[in-house]
Amino acid sequence: MGVCVCVCVCVCVCVCVCVLMCVCVNGCVCVCVCACVRACVRVFTRHQVLRISAKDELQLSALRDLEALDHLQLDIWIGVRDVSTPVDIRVPAFSLSTVKSHLDYYEIQYSIMIRDLQVALDEEAEEMDAATRDVEPRNTDAFDYSRYHTIEEIYNFQDMLVSENPNLVSKIVIGRSYEGRPINVLKFSTGGTSRPAIWLDTGIHSREWVTQASGTWFAKNIVDTYGKDQVLTAILDKMDIFLEIVTNPDGFAYTHSKNRMWRKTRKPNPGSSCVGVDPNRNWDAGFGGAGASSSPCSETYRGPSANSESEVKAIVDFVKSHGNMKAFVSIHAYSQMLLFPYGFTKSPARDHGELNELAKKAITNLASLYGTRYRYGSIINTIYQASGGTIDWTYDQGIKYSYTFELRDTGRYGFILPANQILPTAKETWLALMTIMDHSSRNSY
Amino acid sequence: MSPALMRVLRVVVLLSAVRGAPLATVTLPPVILEPVPLEPVAPVPVPSEPVRVDSGADQNISIPINTEQQQQQQQQVSLDVDVMLTGELNPNHYPARRAAQVVLHHLNTRYGSPYWWGALRQVHKATAEALGDSGRKYSLEVTLQDQISGTKETCTAEVVFPGGPAGGPPQVTTSYEGKSEINTQAQEEALYNQYNTSQNLLSGHNLPDSYGHVAPGMEPFWHLGGVASSFVMLKESSENTLYNMAQVVSVTQLATENNQLRFNYDVLLHEMVSQEIIHWKLLASWSPQEGVKASQMELLPKCHHCEPPQEH
Repeated sequence: MGVCVCVCVCVCVCVCVCVLMCVCVNGCVCVCVCACVRACVRVFTRHQVLRISAKDELQLSALRDLEALDHLQLDIWIGVRDVSTPVDIRVPAFSLSTVKSHLDYYEIQYSIMIRDLQVALDEEAEEMDAATRDVEPRNTDAFDYSRYHTIEEIYNFQDMLVSENPNLVSKIVIGRSYEGRPINVLKFSTGGTSRPAIWLDTGIHSREWVTQASGTWFAKNIVDTYGKDQVLTAILDKMDIFLEIVTNPDGFAYTHSKNRMWRKTRKPNPGSSCVGVDPNRNWDAGFGGAGASSSPCSETYRGPSANSESEVKAIVDFVKSHGNMKAFVSIHAYSQMLLFPYGFTKSPARDHGELNELAKKAITNLASLYGTRYRYGSIINTIYQASGGTIDWTYDQGIKYSYTFELRDTGRYGFILPANQILPTAKETWLALMTIMDHSSRNSY
Repeated sequence: MSPALMRVLRVVVLLSAVRGAPLATVTLPPVILEPVPLEPVAPVPVPSEPVRVDSGADQNISIPINTEQQQQQQQQVSLDVDVMLTGELNPNHYPARRAAQVVLHHLNTRYGSPYWWGALRQVHKATAEALGDSGRKYSLEVTLQDQISGTKETCTAEVVFPGGPAGGPPQVTTSYEGKSEINTQAQEEALYNQYNTSQNLLSGHNLPDSYGHVAPGMEPFWHLGGVASSFVMLKESSENTLYNMAQVVSVTQLATENNQLRFNYDVLLHEMVSQEIIHWKLLASWSPQEGVKASQMELLPKCHHCEPPQEH
């Protein structure tokens, strides 16, 4: 065998770079293998894909002329056929003005189907990677907070968070849902016994997906910033934080499997074909009054009696037996509001002034991040009369800093908020939560 | 053949096609329009004119302030809040907001298109007056925003909610004169021409899907569904409702007639006060010249036994 010299040539017509492997086999038979490896050179930056509609033979002919100009390096996706079929052409950045001038000259209508092909390809690659990454994350750093998750994924997350941070986080099962799912609460504590505490819950209305997603991020954020963020560290050195992320587990599972718009619990109603009770009308505050429905088929059905829903009773029992809650925040979506009691009556809460001022401060801090505008005020003034609501009950239990959030947006997407708004929503909301928690921590009562 | 002569060059070329079948079967993420944030991207300073503060005292309802009366109130389980406010209203409270939302539905029926979809941004001022048997009238100053381009505009409006048992839809007049800054004409004409065909009639469903995603190319039909839904939401509105379109369940294009593109829409509306999701069908017709019209609007009964086919 002599010395072999191999020369390889690879051609990749793709968004790749060629990796050459040259192997000398059997005494100078060269075998070259080209592997196109992704995530390398950008080739289609600012290329646009135009959809062109020719309306007559003259325009068709003008289009064919355009196609013939090789130096423009046009890439025909759907070619010129007849007047009723649109023509799709990928146009490199350097040819765009020529092509568009040509189209304008012949008054040929077109629309920009893809404004930057490279951006679209990168996003698609990212999505495809993400799809293959749908294997379970091995730790909470690998968990994707910018996507929506199933109940199993969130419950796994909770367990991982606890096992990664045993000195800060523990999980308490405060009860079971109607269908038997565990109701999990994460406790963030740096010690002590029965410290004054802050309660946060998300997802009591299951279709409000940005809330469970934000709750997941809040949990991770507490763990990541304790010891680094001065204000949070001061709070946790004095108080405990309880966080219930999936407050309506049956409803949440149902929004994934059957009906994205499901709001209530999943408990059947005897004598009715309609299922479920509105967990935010089931509390013992103004129960039975105006602001809730007595019909099982209604989205605001209060239930047969206060605390009839195990999901609600679990929290009631927990709060009563804890006995030292100082702040209670229940998180909903959508409308972009920060609300305080009451919902069932127009009588202002005893602490209306302080709650109002604190709300104003909280939403100002929220807006500081992305300019998101929130309204604030009592429930009954700002949104509608609602009886049997969570924070009316908690407030009347003596938990002064009782608040309800309505997160993004204001109706454009509503309940089906795109995943790319999860992190901005969670981050801005956290600023408001910190304002409330900080105030509670500094104003013991 | 001698090994020395055997210098075979084999090049294996892997061609990864950029166009054609592979991409056609994969949904590309939406990149059609420059993303325009509805809210300003840069953090804004705290406004010097303070956000309207809830002073705690509604100007038109007397509020008992002693604890004994508070206790009485809390025992009064059927509090009637149907006492309608008159005079100057708090623009951040719900009565003004509900009336203002009606204004937006009205504007969408007049000016909406696949490229213009208005939303309420802020209520600046609001007053209400009783018109005896004729109902109640709201006078408002609002800022509206096109949800697509982000352009904002302020206008005044009057909304009359008819009184009496016959009721009827609210009547709206505004000072708004039409979209002045954003010219959507080119986009509208391109879309119109693209779909003014008897072949390959458009169809789609779940806009947005459960994850808030709308496929590129379908966004104008999501917007069109929202605008067409405003016809329904306008006629269904009262002082006790606040409507948004929750989702386009399906859209199916029909043959063009009288130069109008036509689409059968199946939509879910969200009514905020009752929290109900209400299913409507309608026929939307559109052209750049005529704008959007909705007809054959039909309420579908809430089906308690069956589940809508919610694809993810």
